[in-house]
Amino acid sequence: MSAARNARGSIRSTGATGLTAVPAAVEILVEGETVTGRAGQTIAGVLLGSGRVAWRGAQHGERGVFCGIGVCHDCLVTVNDVEGVRACQREAVDGDRVEREVRE
Amino acid sequence: MTRVAILGAGPAGLAAAEAALAAGAQVTVLDEGARPGGQFWRHRPGLTDPRMQHGVRRFEQLQSALAGAEVHSGAAVWSVEPGEPGEPGEVGGAVVLRAAVGPADGARREAVVVEADALVIATGAHDLALPIPGWTLPGVTTAGAAQALAKRDGVSVGRRTLVAGAGPFLLPVAQSLALVGSTVVGVHEASRIGALAGGWLPKPWQLLGKAGELAQYAGALARHRIPYRVGSGVVRVLGDERVEGAVVAQLDADWRPRPGTERVIECDAVALGHGFVPRLEAAIMLGCEVAGDRRGRFVVVDDGQRTTRPQVFAAGEVTGIGGADAALAEGAIAGYRAAGVAQDDQRLHAALRVRDRMRRFARRLETAHGIRPGWTAWLDDDTIVCRCEAVAKRAIVERAEVPLRAMRLATRAGLGPCQARTCGRAVEAIVSEARASAAGVAAAGETVDGSSSSAQGGDVGFDRRPLLAPVRLGELGGSDRPTNGEN
Amino acid sequence: MRIAVIGAGVVGATCAFELAERGAEVVLIDRVGIAAETSSRCEGNLLVSDKAPGPEAELAIHSNARWRALAERLDAEREGGQPETEFEAKGGVVVAFPGGEEALRRFAATQRGIGVRAEELGAERLLAAEPHLSPEVVVAIHYPDDAQLQPSNATQALAAAAIRRGARLVVAEVTGSRAEAGRIAAIETTAGAIEVDAVVNCAGPWAGELGRRLGAPLDIRPRRGVVLVTTPMPQRVFHKVYDADYVGAVGSGDATLQTSTVVESTPGGTVLIGSSRERVGFDEHPGVDPVRAIAAKATRLFPFLEETILLRSYFGFRPYAPDHLPVIGEDPRVGGLFHATGHEGAGIGLAPATAELVAHAVLGAPTSLDPVPFLPGRPGIGAAA
Ligand SMILES: Cc1cc2nc3c(=O)[nH]c(=O)nc-3n(C[C@H](O)[C@H](O)[C@H](O)COP(=O)(O)OP(=O)(O)OC[C@H]3O[C@@H](n4cnc5c(N)ncnc54)[C@H](O)[C@@H]3O)c2cc1C
Ligand SMILES: Cc1cc2nc3c(=O)[nH]c(=O)nc-3n(C[C@H](O)[C@H](O)[C@H](O)COP(=O)(O)OP(=O)(O)OC[C@H]3O[C@@H](n4cnc5c(N)ncnc54)[C@H](O)[C@@H]3O)c2cc1C
Ligand code: FES
Repeated sequence: MSAARNARGSIRSTGATGLTAVPAAVEILVEGETVTGRAGQTIAGVLLGSGRVAWRGAQHGERGVFCGIGVCHDCLVTVNDVEGVRACQREAVDGDRVEREVRE
Repeated sequence: MTRVAILGAGPAGLAAAEAALAAGAQVTVLDEGARPGGQFWRHRPGLTDPRMQHGVRRFEQLQSALAGAEVHSGAAVWSVEPGEPGEPGEVGGAVVLRAAVGPADGARREAVVVEADALVIATGAHDLALPIPGWTLPGVTTAGAAQALAKRDGVSVGRRTLVAGAGPFLLPVAQSLALVGSTVVGVHEASRIGALAGGWLPKPWQLLGKAGELAQYAGALARHRIPYRVGSGVVRVLGDERVEGAVVAQLDADWRPRPGTERVIECDAVALGHGFVPRLEAAIMLGCEVAGDRRGRFVVVDDGQRTTRPQVFAAGEVTGIGGADAALAEGAIAGYRAAGVAQDDQRLHAALRVRDRMRRFARRLETAHGIRPGWTAWLDDDTIVCRCEAVAKRAIVERAEVPLRAMRLATRAGLGPCQARTCGRAVEAIVSEARASAAGVAAAGETVDGSSSSAQGGDVGFDRRPLLAPVRLGELGGSDRPTNGEN
Repeated sequence: MRIAVIGAGVVGATCAFELAERGAEVVLIDRVGIAAETSSRCEGNLLVSDKAPGPEAELAIHSNARWRALAERLDAEREGGQPETEFEAKGGVVVAFPGGEEALRRFAATQRGIGVRAEELGAERLLAAEPHLSPEVVVAIHYPDDAQLQPSNATQALAAAAIRRGARLVVAEVTGSRAEAGRIAAIETTAGAIEVDAVVNCAGPWAGELGRRLGAPLDIRPRRGVVLVTTPMPQRVFHKVYDADYVGAVGSGDATLQTSTVVESTPGGTVLIGSSRERVGFDEHPGVDPVRAIAAKATRLFPFLEETILLRSYFGFRPYAPDHLPVIGEDPRVGGLFHATGHEGAGIGLAPATAELVAHAVLGAPTSLDPVPFLPGRPGIGAAA
């Protein structure tokens, strides 16, 4: 309940919840390279967290996240050999193999 | 027992579920998100900063109410259709929903078929980001994306982020960005003080509903030293392979850039939000009336949130952009009504009051922040408008005179994977502007917002989509028996 | 001579082009605009492979040859923003599953008899031609003459070419006509009356209704068809590939849902999968049944499609005559009124030959085709005098 009150009442109180707990890690393979994120993050979250901003080849340059909520399809990746997965919608699972896609 | 299906588990859908359950209905909730909450509730205890999330207690109540419902998360609903006619004496036809349930865009997800006596459409909205030269560079996102990534994933879209567009939503976005460690180099609101004053009177942050919340954003802007500019917008994004800066300019009352006012701001991310576009396709698929034009087109509902189709209700952003509180109130009304509760039942009173207040609020919001037609002046001829198919403005203008359907097939604008969700409104605006400026318009047989005199008309522009969500061909088969209420 | 061509779909646009090129004064009239309806709601298959010997096959073979030259001309004279026809002579591969071998081989043999190239592919050549095809397939016939184009773009190109040759486009609905001495003298439109010497009814699935307005009703019915479009992907389908049961569905008069699968990739990277056939009037809610039925057959043909994302579906209404033959030529009841309709699922493919027959009927232009089988005066289509 304190989290709720904090969130509603005042922006200053960090509260004892949330940020202090260290979330579990999640490890995925991006083009063969191991990338670590936090459990619960989407693949887009893990990629952005690792400093990547773009991961798909489009007709005029690279794309990454645009809408963040599954609408624009800019963020598509291949996950475990399945094409066309929206990275911003898919929660990362340990061992996921993520590959780029290129649109000619 | 009345079976109520609820499409969308944002504030509207969750409030509808709570109300329908309270009224004794058998409730099934479907949402493609990994967990309930919609665009509003996305905080992840232990992963993201609780200061970004409001109304957590209300969310907890709604979630505990859901214990009495059948909830399908990760359920991409790809079709809604009228089902078989109801029993004699019932109000109307039933509804059948089909979903692929499993990890987002997974292959071979489970096929779920839900049959219901009443449906609440609570599919919400997505951001409207207008095209800007350079907006396809990595680092440009919607304002909602910046918000979602901060609230859900605890990451920032950039180190130095510029927030631009229109409406009070830019403020929580700026705050969230600051909380996930980005420097927010400015918030640029396109509307001018005049419009804001006309819509609102004194301070722009009063637009944000609950006074406490608003004051807090104002405080956050001040504390993080985030400059807030009105009558200003991003007119060009700079960079080679990713965002390196943005050109901002003063905008006139119609959002036309004022020559000579341009200046460059260094940043590595730009978050754009010029408003919201309701997700209408489910309502359109069912044949519910949709009214308005490309500036604002919504599902038509009556006082009881009933659409023009029997036993189909709509609530939340699909009926008008009014924020989470409006969505909650409308959802409650829709949920009670869908479960068969009368309009004058006293359980509806509180929600009706809130909704009516919020509707006035929504009107003010539109007056103050609604998109103005001059924005097309910041486009170059070769600015990409349709991101999926990389279609430039020039191509759309050149084909503006042919019927919309033929224009799309010729240019491929709006034919890509997002199915014009991202560019639809912008393309409609560019076509109608081009047609208005061309004499002797050849395509006078239709309106730009739709193809009204075409055989398959209806003024819904690009919003008619025969599939509500992406689904794989192998997932279309499977059982055709309703799966709700089996256990 | 002033000729009103009513309907700016592929048939009307091709007729307008043909007549304008032969020096006639053409007014092309459509209530919505160019390529607003069926010709933007179909596929662009130019098939010789699906026609059994007979008058329609003759029309198809003739048209197929004409399209090659026509598409080249249209693309060559393309100007400002006008799209390409995307003509591609990619050839068709028709396949049979166990049990269907003999029927397909027999059908191909009859086609060879009328000069259609139809060559059985052995397992190795089939694998090379279509590496992703289902191993269940037992017979495959290659039809090198099958081609495809983008029908909406081609219609726009034809209309533009007609306009360049002096045709005038009027966007208005034709509501009626005025006759003098048994001949059409003027048509009435929502934009006023237009004096004419001849009228060509190219109103597609609405040709029956337009005929009625012009004093000459026709029995042309809509036959709904649904097509699926996948997400763009690297090319995995190289020909037009279809299941031999397509041939049965085209010729069938059954009103209930039938599907047959034609799979083809497009220059945009998407795969088009057609289509269904249903006679349900102009009903605009096809629902999920045709979509599911088409998907089931397509995934049997190309198993990789199971994991392919479906992007959208669309539907159109094929203009359909009860005896399955196009209706082309002068109306026996109203002088100066000509029909060019009833092409069902082949109007794109048959448009050039149709326009040739129209020019023959209206202007007396030469043709090597036999116009008789298509004349509106034949029994069974409501126009016999
Ligand atoms: C990206 C984004 C972030 C936002 N963040 C905030 C914020 O932080 N604070 C704030 O006050 N407002 C925010 N908003 C505004 C928000 O729209 C409203 O405040 C509120 O969430 C609206 O509630 P709703 O129930 O109408 O719709 P939503 O909350 O949008 O809920 C609609 C739900 O329907 C589901 N859905 C839609 N179509 C389908 C389908 N075919 N199959 C299955 N499920 C489907 C969606 O997954 C979604 O969960 C945000 C909007 C966007 C677009
Ligand atoms: C799903 C599907 C797939 C198909 N696939 C193929 C294929 O692969 N290959 C092929 O060859 N064919 C195919 N076809 C068939 C082909 O699309 C049609 O035969 C062809 O498009 C018909 O063209 P049209 O010009 O006769 O009709 P339309 O394109 O419908 O044009 C008729 C025009 O008349 C206008 N009109 C009607 N009434 C009036 C009036 N009173 N006043 C003014 N204007 C009027 C309409 O606005 C319309 O623009 C397919 C059809 C469908 C539905
Ligand atoms: S960023 Fe738009 S779909 Fe993922």
